[in-house]
Amino acid sequence: MPRHTPLYATHRAAGARMVDFGGWDMPVNYGSQIDEHHAVRNRAGMFDVSHMRAVDLEGQGARDFLRHALANNVDKLTVSGKALYSCLLRPDGGVLDDLIVYFLREDFFRLVVNASTADKDIAWLRALMATHAPQLRLTPREDLAMIAVQGPQAREKLWQAVPGSEAPTRDLKPFFGAEVALADSAYFIARTGYTGEDGFEVTVPATQAEALWHALVAAGVAPCGLGARDTLRLEAGMNLYGQDMDETVSPLVSGLGWTVDLASARDFVGKAALAAASPAQRLTGLLLLDAGGVLRAHQVVHTAHGDGEITSGTFSPTLGKSIALARLPVAVAEGDVVQVAVRDRKLSARVVKPPFARNGRALAQ
Amino acid sequence: MNLPAELKYAESHEWMRAEADGSVTVGITDHAQAALGDLVFIELPKVGRVLKADEACAVVESVKAASDVYAPIAGEVVAVNDAVTASPETLNEDAYGAWLFRLKPAQPDALAGMLDAAAYAKIIG
Repeated sequence: MPRHTPLYATHRAAGARMVDFGGWDMPVNYGSQIDEHHAVRNRAGMFDVSHMRAVDLEGQGARDFLRHALANNVDKLTVSGKALYSCLLRPDGGVLDDLIVYFLREDFFRLVVNASTADKDIAWLRALMATHAPQLRLTPREDLAMIAVQGPQAREKLWQAVPGSEAPTRDLKPFFGAEVALADSAYFIARTGYTGEDGFEVTVPATQAEALWHALVAAGVAPCGLGARDTLRLEAGMNLYGQDMDETVSPLVSGLGWTVDLASARDFVGKAALAAASPAQRLTGLLLLDAGGVLRAHQVVHTAHGDGEITSGTFSPTLGKSIALARLPVAVAEGDVVQVAVRDRKLSARVVKPPFARNGRALAQ
Repeated sequence: MNLPAELKYAESHEWMRAEADGSVTVGITDHAQAALGDLVFIELPKVGRVLKADEACAVVESVKAASDVYAPIAGEVVAVNDAVTASPETLNEDAYGAWLFRLKPAQPDALAGMLDAAAYAKIIG
């Protein structure tokens, strides 16, 4: 049985086309995913991301535990509310998940993990806690819902939709979150997202999700599905777990080396394996030069230095061209032209450094 | 469900219209375009190509997926709609206006065994 978020009935009533995503029945679009994409790049759109799981880690020594469990270094989190993107690794360096961790207090961190991996992550963390930090409590917050409001007008629209929300969030910097108690509900509002645009991810009790969604619709925020979410994140050069990396792949070949802290003395799960590795491939961007199709995951890429593979590909509504992320031999340089096997022909594509588009603007052409 | 009664349909989601000159115009159904989502690339067969029934002969790609289009009947391609390859989004707007290609059927009565609107409606539920 597919799982439903608290907004499922709202999506159906709005005429959303639903698809399975990580075991959840989610809206893929409400009409045109390209229109939804442009709404986020140019105005404001919102996504139901309640399938993602907030997981609260509480107790003395929470920071020490995360220093061991996460590949990025939570010591970067010195100010309450600050968020950090990190991989959760296996001892062999494979990526169990990518997540965001918020530092709220020394004895309270919140992780936000992917939908399809949430149960696995929680079991993994609990096993790690049993041996390293049995005093900690890990609480999956299935009582919460999450709505991502994204786009250049997103913050103003939220302030308009939720009276009283502006004062506590106006000075929130990118990648910071804040607990906000208002008359109608408790909110956790973070200046984060997965689109390459400004905006907020708003967490509320599941019982408040529908009211918040309707207030945002009334403020002029366009409901957007996972289709637009995927083209927006790919234009922004952001990885999708399960597609651009997974348990069998190292973060070092997945464009995530910048999140893996190999420099400090800190030991963490997966560090020894990654320190010993010498990756033969790296993740980079492709921009299709020829007409003749759309770049897609699993297409083979022929280069002067050997073959690689596309991990995510799509049509970019902002560029009007097909774009992709691909794992290519490390010797392939930006600007190189490679050949992609698209059905029965080879199409030329240029190697570019992501992102392709951000903040309403095309960056690769 | 938008299923014009004067058209015939194939289980693989093509529609067919018998023309006065004996040719058959082929497109994909409104159900098919809605399932694919925003179309961004369409490739059509060359005029003069002789197709077997059920042969993959065209490609429609949306933002999210690529899908083959099949020749619902055997025949020779006598025309293709270049306007739809230039502007794939017109197929999302009007699936029955944005035809793909026209066949000269290999057999007389080629549409006799095809689905009518009611039968196709049952298949797509």
